[in-house]
Amino acid sequence: MNIVVCVKHVPDAQSDRTFNESDSTTDREGVDGLLSELDEYAVEAALKLVEEGEGEVTVLTIGPAQAADAVKKALQMGADKGVHVSDEAIHGSDAVATSLVLAEAIRKIGSPDLVLTGMASTDGTMGVVPAMLAERLGVPQVTYASELTVSDGTATIRRDGDTASETIVATLPALVSVTDQINEPRYPSFKGIMAAKKKPVETWSLADLGVDASQVGLDAAWTKVESFTKRPPRQQGQIVTDEGDGGTRLAEFLSAQKFI
Amino acid sequence: MAEVLVLVDHSNGTVRKTTSELLTLARRLGEPSAVFVGEAGEYAAAAEALGRYGAQKVYRVESPDVTGHLVAPQAEVLAQLVEKASPAAVLVPSSTAGKEIAARLAIKTGSGLVTDAVDVQAGEGGGVSTTQSVFAGSYTVTATVTHGTPIVTVKPNSVTPEEAPGAAADEVVDVTISEAAKGARITESKPKEASGRPELTEAAIVVSGGRGTAGDFSPVEAFADSLGAAVGASRAAVDAGWYPHTSQVGQTGKQVSPQLYVACGISGAIQHRAGMQTSKTIVAVNKDEEAPIFELVDFGVVGDLFTVLPQATEAVNAAKG
Repeated sequence: MNIVVCVKHVPDAQSDRTFNESDSTTDREGVDGLLSELDEYAVEAALKLVEEGEGEVTVLTIGPAQAADAVKKALQMGADKGVHVSDEAIHGSDAVATSLVLAEAIRKIGSPDLVLTGMASTDGTMGVVPAMLAERLGVPQVTYASELTVSDGTATIRRDGDTASETIVATLPALVSVTDQINEPRYPSFKGIMAAKKKPVETWSLADLGVDASQVGLDAAWTKVESFTKRPPRQQGQIVTDEGDGGTRLAEFLSAQKFI
Repeated sequence: MAEVLVLVDHSNGTVRKTTSELLTLARRLGEPSAVFVGEAGEYAAAAEALGRYGAQKVYRVESPDVTGHLVAPQAEVLAQLVEKASPAAVLVPSSTAGKEIAARLAIKTGSGLVTDAVDVQAGEGGGVSTTQSVFAGSYTVTATVTHGTPIVTVKPNSVTPEEAPGAAADEVVDVTISEAAKGARITESKPKEASGRPELTEAAIVVSGGRGTAGDFSPVEAFADSLGAAVGASRAAVDAGWYPHTSQVGQTGKQVSPQLYVACGISGAIQHRAGMQTSKTIVAVNKDEEAPIFELVDFGVVGDLFTVLPQATEAVNAAKG
């Protein structure tokens, strides 16, 4: 079974994330980046499926030069090969354009049985790229899988919803996004780190994918950011130390604020 | 005036509060038309509520091809209605399914999509202007849709629902669903035991517990019940198996934005803040006076939740009489 895992290189959530003043896009240059932690679960799920059977795991990313680090990390974990789509025209692309580039790259890799993604990126957090990608590939999508098994041309997924725990059966090829409940991603071993150096990574431009530069980037976006404003930091309110009356004072505060 | 499509969120015909919020917002943009997808027979329960919040029309879709499958068929339904009605906008609840339906709809109709809006206004010169809160609530972003029909998913609690009677004239819509859209089938659904508490993302008040509970959520639950609140949990508490994942507040769980958020025994890591930072009023109880959660609070108690919460619970119950 051949699996493509889509991963993203994101600004570290522990760092100060901000926007570029000039064009209102996320600043990806001035901050430390890493493989989106939520994508590690997708990589792990792919590795497990292939280890149980056979096949190949290709890890796919889009982004500027430093995004290669996200591919490298996935290769160190055990993925077989990497594809990095990098093209200056992509800067500022929205989810619509991102899903277009991913879809074309996946077609070029060669129709996989399964496309895996994390549940959302940790920066944009829209969580809509998987659904858009599935729509473009014309395959069923099952998102937020907390269990995943594959057999006889179908994927069976368990997903914990708010009101019910559902079992969903999807015919392959399919796209599945996984939650952070599905597994415990492995750390790259020393052997894995060494082996990764020899694994093939292809870098593709938009031209390689047959995507016209006018279809991506900030100007092609179907939405436009009009303004961004840093929220004033919350003013720290009143802090009291419990001296036997902490609960009472808490209730008094809630009462004064009309919550009771 | 142009129609504005609102995808109805309901449980067996009982319309959720998010739908009345969406109808309220839709009235700013045009004439609300509700889109009701459900089993035959469920509509009767929904009709009154949809009319009360201003739905002029209701498109009813009752095909089993739609209800038994995941999101793809609903996106096809909406795409067909967009074609038919040329609406000014499509508003969808920002739930998991809602966002995915909206995403597929955006691709199908060549339309711009804004997710997790906290406000929607009519833009200058027509169009739709949206407001979002990003990077764990540290930035506010306004955006407009520049292509196709604006599709917006709206977070719960973004607006106070206002009644404004509408005709709610219903029309059963015949839709054809492609085979491709039926590729993901729900084969089993085990309902969760109802807690009797409000739903986490919709609740006006949320009381959450973290590592500081050491696994005993009873004081958190008792305090929540005194306030009529939903109960949430930090990732630490969920990972420890103390509370179900569906109750997790934070980046990889639910994003909540209630009127009041009470964090009990939660230190306040950035991942947790991402899920609750936009709450109107924030209160924390924590033994550690250095806990970062205190930077956010309107009111904080440095103390042991096992003594502070029961005392507060008692005081709240007494105040209610």
